[in-house]
Amino acid sequence: MAKVLEIRWHARGGQGAKTAALMLAESVAEMGKYVQGFPEYGPERMGAPIQAFNRISDEPIYIHSNVINPNIVIVLDPTLIGKANVTEGVPEDGIYIINTTKTPAEVREMLGIKSGKIYTLDANQISLETIGRAIPNTPMMGAFIRATGIIPFDQFMTHMREQLSKKFKSKPEVIEGNLKAIERAYREVNAE
Amino acid sequence: MKSKVALTGNEAVAQAMKQINPDVVAAYPITPQTEIVQIFSSFVANGEVDTEFVAVESEHSAMSAAIGAAAGGARAMTATSSQGLALMFEVVYIAASMRLPIVFPVVNRALSGPINIHCDHSDAMGLRDSGVIQLFSENAQEAYDNMIQAVRIAEHSDVRLPVMVNMDGFITSHAMDVLEVLDDETVRNFVGTYVPEDYLLDAENPISIGNFDMYDFYFEHKRQQVEAMKAAKEVIREIGKEFGRISGREYGLIESYKLDDADVAVVVLNSAAGTAKGVADELRANGVKAGVLKPRVYRPFPQDEIREALKGVKAVAVLDRAETFSTCGGPIFADIRNVLYDLKNDIKVVNYVYGLGGRDLRLEHVAQVFEELENIRKTGRVDETVKYLGLRE
Repeated sequence: MAKVLEIRWHARGGQGAKTAALMLAESVAEMGKYVQGFPEYGPERMGAPIQAFNRISDEPIYIHSNVINPNIVIVLDPTLIGKANVTEGVPEDGIYIINTTKTPAEVREMLGIKSGKIYTLDANQISLETIGRAIPNTPMMGAFIRATGIIPFDQFMTHMREQLSKKFKSKPEVIEGNLKAIERAYREVNAE
Repeated sequence: MKSKVALTGNEAVAQAMKQINPDVVAAYPITPQTEIVQIFSSFVANGEVDTEFVAVESEHSAMSAAIGAAAGGARAMTATSSQGLALMFEVVYIAASMRLPIVFPVVNRALSGPINIHCDHSDAMGLRDSGVIQLFSENAQEAYDNMIQAVRIAEHSDVRLPVMVNMDGFITSHAMDVLEVLDDETVRNFVGTYVPEDYLLDAENPISIGNFDMYDFYFEHKRQQVEAMKAAKEVIREIGKEFGRISGREYGLIESYKLDDADVAVVVLNSAAGTAKGVADELRANGVKAGVLKPRVYRPFPQDEIREALKGVKAVAVLDRAETFSTCGGPIFADIRNVLYDLKNDIKVVNYVYGLGGRDLRLEHVAQVFEELENIRKTGRVDETVKYLGLRE
């Protein structure tokens, strides 16, 4: 089977994890890669813990199971650390991208992560300052691009502008806010 | 328009419906099908299609309105899932017996109860014997392709039957996937203009449809439906080939994956076939001759193709995503075992019921099935014919 990159998103209902997983899928597909993006649909309510998933590959993807052993874990809500089992099934070299005010070293200790790389950023603050409300999904995508380099940043921004323009035709300020949030996240993410 | 796009299964089906541009769509929302109707109704509102959209108050009415439209000579569609299909039940039989070429996507979801919104095939299997053609789709690409071909199959003069296009709820309907779409003109030319033979609004040739039919003719009419189903197999093959010429993706009644030299095989519908293919690839790298058979058409049942595809296999596992409560296995298992009986090849056939109510089918589950098939092949012994996969017991 071809090498498939698997991603698991942890968030709370309403934070836009599903949207982010699907937008990321669209952007990666634009690069000619094969991709899946799907949320786990439970009895979700605003604020309840949820998961979403991506698979990315250079070849067609046959598998339709849930993602069990993600290479990358993205946590949109700081309060999920220690509640949702974010490290479950993650291999030793797994990558964590976490929305938190804490440092990567603090997160490493809290989660007991040995060798995996950890990226942290305060996506709530970034989105408050750029979009006007705490909606951390788009900045987390900026951090993801920084952490993985899977798409050149400029190309990713071009795709995001296209997608956001489709989504928010009547709200140009939302488009610019989101783009600024992604750019700041890309620059401000801390790594260890 | 770019041909390679990222869409969810529901978006892909709505896109196909937009390009088909049917005369009438009558539908009622139900999870996980809702998006199809929601997206399509925005095409109607934006004037991107010429369709008359009928917002009905139930699925029973949705199919009834589609029947009325189709009987009047229109190209008509609806769409549903689960309880919606169950509520449609009696009218689906009527659509089939009236020989109306209604195409309707069904986004497969478990039937209540207990209430559940996730994928299994109990809804489609409930209409297995209704007289509609049932196509199944592994992914968004196949759902899109099946929708376009379904129109031609349904309207073919040798067939004239409703076609149900199935795809897995959430797993396919709500997952973004990469697929190739055709341009509008290619689809328009492929589906052509619907020219009904007999229809109620043909004032020059008045007819009546849906008449009272007693013991003197009911039986003959049922036999004619069987003939249409038989004829449908050749029509589906022909249209699958023709579709291959416009898209590069040819379709038959079944998909045989690495079965030519296979010792062991899994038979499975829809998205799980993809997962099974992935596992078969891994096992092949380790020397296990594993293959997968995916029926694309479940009604009519492609018995000749299946017999031919499986004749050299030593042990077969049929995976059913629906329970029959017969206590002797799932619906596809019964059909597969039946067609293999005449071969007298002593092919061992076992059944696994899996994925009810959306239970995830994991790679290790499919690997476990192949491992058990290998044991059966080596020992010639079957300990248990019907088992459950990924179930806590």
